[in-house]
Amino acid sequence: MNDEKLYGLTALFDSPDKIVLATRAVVKEGYKAFDIYSPYPVHGVDRGMRLKQSRIGLVTLIFGLMGVALALLLTWWTNSVNYPLIIGGKPFWALPAYIPVTFELSVLFGAVFTILGLLVIFFGFPQNVHPLHGTDFMKRVSSDRFGICIEAVDPKFDSKRTADFLQTLGSEKIEPIYYSLLESPGVGTILNRKFLLSLLFVAAVSSGLTYLTLNKLLFLHPWISLAEQIKVLPESRSTFYVDGFAMRQPVQGTVARGHMPYAFVGNMKGAEKFMINPLTPTKQVMELGRRDFNAYCSPCHGYFGDGDSRLQGQFPNPPSLHSDALRQASDGHFFHVITEGFRNVMPSYDQQIPEEERWAIIWYIRALQRAKHAKETDVP
Amino acid sequence: MIYSPGRIVDYTQPPPLVEGKSIATLIDESIAVQIDRRPSKKYLAALLVTLTMVLIGSIAVGYTFVYGIGMWGNNVPVGWAFDITNFVFWIGIGHAGTLISAILFLFRQQWRTGIARFAEAMTIFAVICAGLFPIIHLGRPWFAAYIFPYPNQHGIWVNFNSPLIWDVFAVSTYFTVSLIFWYIGLMPDFGTLRERTTNAVKKVVYSILSLGWRFSTRHWQHYEKTYVILAGLATPLVLSVHSVVSFDFAVSVIPGWHTTIFPPYFVAGAIFSGMAMVLAVLIIVRKVFDLEYLITMDHMDKMAKVILATSMMVTYAYLMEPFMAWYSGKSTEWYVVMNRAFGYYAIAFWVMIVCNVFLPQLFWFRKIRRSIPALFIISVLVNVGMWLERYVIIVTSLSRDYLPSSWGVYSPTIFDVGILIGSFGLFFTLILLFSKSLPVISISEIKSIVKGAQPSYRMGEDHE
Repeated sequence: MNDEKLYGLTALFDSPDKIVLATRAVVKEGYKAFDIYSPYPVHGVDRGMRLKQSRIGLVTLIFGLMGVALALLLTWWTNSVNYPLIIGGKPFWALPAYIPVTFELSVLFGAVFTILGLLVIFFGFPQNVHPLHGTDFMKRVSSDRFGICIEAVDPKFDSKRTADFLQTLGSEKIEPIYYSLLESPGVGTILNRKFLLSLLFVAAVSSGLTYLTLNKLLFLHPWISLAEQIKVLPESRSTFYVDGFAMRQPVQGTVARGHMPYAFVGNMKGAEKFMINPLTPTKQVMELGRRDFNAYCSPCHGYFGDGDSRLQGQFPNPPSLHSDALRQASDGHFFHVITEGFRNVMPSYDQQIPEEERWAIIWYIRALQRAKHAKETDVP
Repeated sequence: MIYSPGRIVDYTQPPPLVEGKSIATLIDESIAVQIDRRPSKKYLAALLVTLTMVLIGSIAVGYTFVYGIGMWGNNVPVGWAFDITNFVFWIGIGHAGTLISAILFLFRQQWRTGIARFAEAMTIFAVICAGLFPIIHLGRPWFAAYIFPYPNQHGIWVNFNSPLIWDVFAVSTYFTVSLIFWYIGLMPDFGTLRERTTNAVKKVVYSILSLGWRFSTRHWQHYEKTYVILAGLATPLVLSVHSVVSFDFAVSVIPGWHTTIFPPYFVAGAIFSGMAMVLAVLIIVRKVFDLEYLITMDHMDKMAKVILATSMMVTYAYLMEPFMAWYSGKSTEWYVVMNRAFGYYAIAFWVMIVCNVFLPQLFWFRKIRRSIPALFIISVLVNVGMWLERYVIIVTSLSRDYLPSSWGVYSPTIFDVGILIGSFGLFFTLILLFSKSLPVISISEIKSIVKGAQPSYRMGEDHE
């Protein structure tokens, strides 16, 4: 008995009338730290206890309004700021269409937070270490009796006098409730070995399941059935065609969309004679030419077309673009060389540089050539 | 005072809500004994049947997921068929539970006490069944998360103008609120069970579930207030949920769907079918678990009256639909009406009319309202009718829209039927598990309405 403290005195009653009268008497006697226990709410007891009206409705109001505000903010920010979309000619912020979501969120927030507030703030739950749990008193008031518990912390409490007082109320059974100090909340709960082991177990299971899901499960059917399809993929083998290739050559003479075949394949003379630069040397064209020249041509030809390669002799240096022969060569010559390459040394740039940009490069080469051989008349 | 046909009954007095026994311990025992007793052979046989149905459904769903929704009869004009029909049907079943637990609570209809817990459980199970269907309908259900507005790597957001998004919010809110409403009601009962049980494992489980509830009046006071608030929140919620479900149809422009009567029509239909389902299941449960004195004939009588009232609301909608189609003067609308009644799906339409309009009219007769076999048969047929109603609305409208060139006909495959069977199996499995593991009647609420449970008039009220 030494390590146990008195929690309070309990008294059981067998009818709702008796509990209401007893409640009034307890209040009249001046007790403050007491509570009435009943298997269901008995009308009139709360009034007899002089309890103030419950303020739980305030929680509902605040969080319900918060749900409204959050829903309006969410719909406004997502559908008209972050990802605006015109839907059915409505304005970006179409309030009537957002009413259902706003209503649902206000109900959701109101309900969930009312319950959380009730359980956690108003009741202090979960609390399974209360001294009354598991007592005979609790067993009876959870079933068919009505009980009073006057707690020992009440200043008017005196085990002898209070017991006598409860006796006068017509109680059928009076019983003191003791509790062990070890039972009181907050004693050695966090560092308990069982608790830590169970935490470890939960961590191991949840991380293991996460690993399996993300690394194994998601790579099984049907999660990958979009990736595995019965169709011909590039570079795949075919048992149907004699040559074993799944890919087929296009029909002879097929022209790619948006692509004009080069008219002077292997015919430099023709290109020199018949091709004319279609662009005019505007500022944009010169800028484009400079960008492409620096990107594609300058590694070998140098930034100014002097043939001073940056390749440090790993590849034969090309001739300078400023030779007399090249200064007099037609635009068609340059175009042909860029398109088809030159003497097995310069490769074809047909695939890399679009036709229009090739012409822009040629304008830029012309500008470089003129800059190297500037005359006095060129100075304005 | 026990009511039975043929006895002279004093109708000036309200009938007793709990017949015969009224002592609190007996209530505890009769409710808790179902949980403590080992399952009987009959119960296991029933579970075997429902689990077999779940298995059939699982196989059908498995085929759907592996081979795609091409396993179903859905085609291009009829993109919604069994799946969405089942979704609307199951959501509707859930609505009666909230009606009983929240709306009748606000109207102080004390007779609801005996059936509220069960009806709420049915709400939750029905919403679980309903929620599965849109996800199954995706074909690739793991993409269901995309419907929620969360910041994602695609940099896009859901479209809040879409009724389908409203649906997601409505149904998930409905499920959450129903669940916590149910749990809050269960908490005191878990406390009772915790104090009753002698089994150490059960003691731990009930302790955790009861959160340490200790029947204190200081708690009851907040608890009762919260219960009223939640009922107040759940009432507009339940009306909004089926209204939003009906927006899925009414907001579109398909003939036969684009009508403003849909929201009230759907809500009335939902309560109609849900009440019939509650009635059918309770008839079995009260028999199997010997709860005839807690779920009395008066409960059955009152539920039959609710079914009758909602049946007439649905009938009004059935009359209003052709009237508005005719009055609008639109040939497409009128064509849909004629096609429903005399077209390819005429049988479904007329079965629906018989089950939903004519059969419930029998509830005008007191004898039929108090005859268990009649109640059971009619309530099952009402559910058949209400399932067909959703089928008729969805399939006939989609199969015949504006362009004759895009008309088509839907007929279900074995996989459609399998998934439907599976959803019924899941529903009844959950009901069976619930009725064997949790108190099927709210112990604390039923105690508060037995005779002598509340203080006599002068005791409770101090008129100062």
